[in-house]
Amino acid sequence: MNITRRYFLKSSGVAMVGLSAMPAFLTRAVLASPLPAGANRKILVVLFQRGAMDGLNAVIPYGEPNYYSLRPNIAIPQPRSGNAQTAVDLDAFFGLHPSLAPLEPLFKQKQLAIVHAAGSPDTTRSHFDAQDYMESGTPGRKSTEDGWLNRALQMEKVEAATPFRAVAMGTNLPRALKGTAPAVALPDVRQFQMMAASPVVEGGFEAVYAQTVDQALRGTGTETFEAIDMLRKANPQRYQPENGAQYPQGRFGQSLLQVAQLIKANIGLEVAFLDSGGWDHHVNEGGVQGQLANLLRDLGQGLAAFHRDLGDRMADIVLVTMSEFGRTAAENGNRGTDHGHANCMFLLGGDLNGGKVHGKWPGLSRERLYEGRDLALTTDFRTVLSELLARHMGSAALSTVFPGFAVSQKEFLGVLKA
Amino acid sequence: MAKQKGFRANFPWRMNAAAIGMLAAALVVSLTFAAPFLAADQKAKPAEKGKVVPAEHKLSKAFKGKLPITDLSEEEATLHALNRLAFGPRPGDVERIRAMGLEKWIQQQLRPETIDDSAVAKRLEPYTTLAKSTLQLMEDYPNPAEEARRLGMTPEDYRKQQDEQRRIEVQRALMRNPELAAEMRRARQGGADSPNAQALRMELLNDKSPRKVIGELSAAKLTRAIYSERQLQEVMADFWFNHFNVFAQKGPVNFMLPAYERDIIRKNAMGRFGDLLGATAKSPAMLFYLDNWQSADPVAFAKLEGELLRRRQQMFARFGGMDPRMAAEMQRRGRLGQRPGQAGVPNVLQQPQQLQRRGLNENYARELMELHTLGVDGGYTQQDVIEVARAFTGWTLRLPRRDPEFNFEERIHASGPFTVLGHRIDSGGMKAGEQVLEMLVAQPQTAKFISTKLARKFVSDTPPRALVERMSKEFLETHGNIPAVLEAMIYSPEFWSREVYRAKIKKPFELVVSAARALGADVSAPIALVLWTGRIGEPLYLCQPPTGYSDKAESWVNTGALLNRLNYAMELSANRMRGARVEIASLLGTENSDDARKALERSIQVFLAGQVSTQTRATLEKQLTDPQILRATLDDPTKSVDAGIIAGLVLGSPEFQRR
Repeated sequence: MNITRRYFLKSSGVAMVGLSAMPAFLTRAVLASPLPAGANRKILVVLFQRGAMDGLNAVIPYGEPNYYSLRPNIAIPQPRSGNAQTAVDLDAFFGLHPSLAPLEPLFKQKQLAIVHAAGSPDTTRSHFDAQDYMESGTPGRKSTEDGWLNRALQMEKVEAATPFRAVAMGTNLPRALKGTAPAVALPDVRQFQMMAASPVVEGGFEAVYAQTVDQALRGTGTETFEAIDMLRKANPQRYQPENGAQYPQGRFGQSLLQVAQLIKANIGLEVAFLDSGGWDHHVNEGGVQGQLANLLRDLGQGLAAFHRDLGDRMADIVLVTMSEFGRTAAENGNRGTDHGHANCMFLLGGDLNGGKVHGKWPGLSRERLYEGRDLALTTDFRTVLSELLARHMGSAALSTVFPGFAVSQKEFLGVLKA
Repeated sequence: MAKQKGFRANFPWRMNAAAIGMLAAALVVSLTFAAPFLAADQKAKPAEKGKVVPAEHKLSKAFKGKLPITDLSEEEATLHALNRLAFGPRPGDVERIRAMGLEKWIQQQLRPETIDDSAVAKRLEPYTTLAKSTLQLMEDYPNPAEEARRLGMTPEDYRKQQDEQRRIEVQRALMRNPELAAEMRRARQGGADSPNAQALRMELLNDKSPRKVIGELSAAKLTRAIYSERQLQEVMADFWFNHFNVFAQKGPVNFMLPAYERDIIRKNAMGRFGDLLGATAKSPAMLFYLDNWQSADPVAFAKLEGELLRRRQQMFARFGGMDPRMAAEMQRRGRLGQRPGQAGVPNVLQQPQQLQRRGLNENYARELMELHTLGVDGGYTQQDVIEVARAFTGWTLRLPRRDPEFNFEERIHASGPFTVLGHRIDSGGMKAGEQVLEMLVAQPQTAKFISTKLARKFVSDTPPRALVERMSKEFLETHGNIPAVLEAMIYSPEFWSREVYRAKIKKPFELVVSAARALGADVSAPIALVLWTGRIGEPLYLCQPPTGYSDKAESWVNTGALLNRLNYAMELSANRMRGARVEIASLLGTENSDDARKALERSIQVFLAGQVSTQTRATLEKQLTDPQILRATLDDPTKSVDAGIIAGLVLGSPEFQRR
């Protein structure tokens, strides 16, 4: 099939006549030379947990007695070694939910870091507004048109950026990636192709876009066909995770798997965005078992599989999680939790100052709670992201990515290795 | 008049092949004179050689009237008008307008009420949600969360149960109908969530969920854009919805949208800007989306809260005293605990979760100035935002989910007077907000901001300043008469200049609609088209920020979007689109011929009025007819390429992405 298309291009005269005038990447595709390896390219993977994860039951402050008095029915018991129905100890104060046990070894290997009491400083408890603010990167300001992740891409001009520089796993681009920097939404990498099986279709379009006098569309057109070709070479149908990694079933696990696959295909991926839903547990949230436990199991298994699958590549990768806000410190009358304020963020990667719960713990006593009910916020999510952008991605324009948010390097938490 | 109606009713898609052929012949002859290919090439040259050779076109008075057209040929001017003031040409439209005269067509479009539009009304009949009130929709399509509560289930369990039921329902329907099952298998080859697979699933379900409300609204929007004869009004309805954007997935906004679009946007789209602005300010959709319904003067609110608490305690005392623990708890939480509908309790106080943060909310006030009127550089300050927010306190909703109507609640209204942009707002009560709106409409910055946005939509991503100034002047003089401002724009030479010809990239909705129009498609169930619009980047009614979707090319030209544009064009023209039928052979006059060259030539004529660059034409011709290429690609090189594919290639061409 590949040969046909390439022959097609050549014989149609497009490649031959226009070789010198053609962009380098198209020439490359025609001559089928190997693609540049993304060996030293740093990668940022952003996972948005929609619905507001209950951070207090994901990373449990078991050393704090208030935690148990606030949550008589849904609290996770203090760690007892050998008992899988208790929290997994991290540092003699915090513990992981037992469903997140697959993350424990990563924490010990210092590949996993946690920031607790982090999030958006805006006071809204509306999912819609809070997600919007977090993705635009401008809490409190609604009319920001683009997303923080897109602005980060805009700021960092890359020579020979490929169409897969920024990818969102989903049908539509998320708010965080909206903006003028190119980004592509992929519902499924296996479907990034011409739907019509006829080679006349792909060859015809490719030739027309390679020849058009319309400059803007010629550029995008050639990139598009380069992208199709790149993915075809990566052969997503045949992908097998490495090192025995097992991703959980379902959309979230599949999205993570496809991100790993794109990274390994060396097609220039720098930023990937994915999300997972269903974290809004007002009723019967559950404790060791239950609704939250099930979602956390997917999360833990997914992240662990991602880490295992990518192996040494994790040295260049940071995955960071966020959720629009946290949940009430106390359980409600329905054994669930309501919309709260601060939450926790997970960071996974080789560059990290891992094995540590970062941030300042504000405590859960009544006077320490935000508005008398929620975990108070001690770390603005933008501080964490700024550190990742500056020290991992090498971005220099933080004031543009997060306008109106002045953070100096001194204020960074040190989630990355110095 | 009667004659004209008949003409219209019979025209585009019921034409037989012979008529099309004759028209085509006439078209080719006229094209030879107009030399449009040269013209199209000239457009690309200036950037390269820095020199423009303008071609003077003397158009007949009967055709152009007073329209200041000099750079464009008749063909081009007609196509330009159809691409900018309408959603692109249908088969025969160019010929029809040339016959009636371009100015006459434009004058009709500026007065939509004079155009008969009964055909589209018929197509909209199946969509029963369109005419319903917000409250009726809430009753007919209960929220899953409320249904779950009613059934005593967790929302999560309820959702799972519903999904499972839907899955079973679809499976049963497919088992009963092997033909549909085969179609589903084909649809799934494009992915389990391909537009066709989703559309088919939706058809098989008797969906009682609230999704149906936005589903029908989207289907109606597409149907109108494709089939309405009042094209300019449709373009403007899309423009104004986007200008006064609200997001369907914020709370109960989805239920409010049919009324919002019907009674506010569409009703005023070709009316006065002030009426439109005033109507959006009072609309439940906007009040909820930009939070003004929750905005209250903090002092008035605290007073009211105290008063209500006292009254409540008195009432409990009368009924034998209140549990002291409960009273203390209520005081601590600041909750009042009244039941909705209780006498004397303002409705804004009835939902406990909203009580915690009842104070001044500036969202609406800010966007009103930044996005709806003055523009971001409109010269207002933070203090102006606060003053406007205070003027709009009390503009609220009774109960967003139970009684979703505008209500002015005096008791949480801040007392004036207010000062906004140096103007004294001294009207009391609800009048204060109205006075602010009137003042804003009269500001020159508003005239300029709206004119710039219109010029960007209709003329160019970077509208010429002289044009914007002319439009602004008209805006101020006519107090925001929308057709008058449009007329000022259309009667400006900048609108017809060579520079802006085909300079705008179609946004996804425009691309989807214009392709369906170009093909004369019979779209009986537009859901697949709605889904494609989303895939290409513009999910309908789902733009989160209040800015609405951008009208600039840079937002729409990217890799994933372009691939979807090409796939859409091919799916539609090759007749693989669920809910849409295309008679490609009769449209192109290729029933008795498999000559690819002819099919290509006819596609270029019918879809692009012949306006294609020599490069595109030559490249496609080579791809479709060169025996060497065909031998390499086709299983059977003696067979000619299918006409549907040829049409798809033309609709996916760079030329068709622009308007």
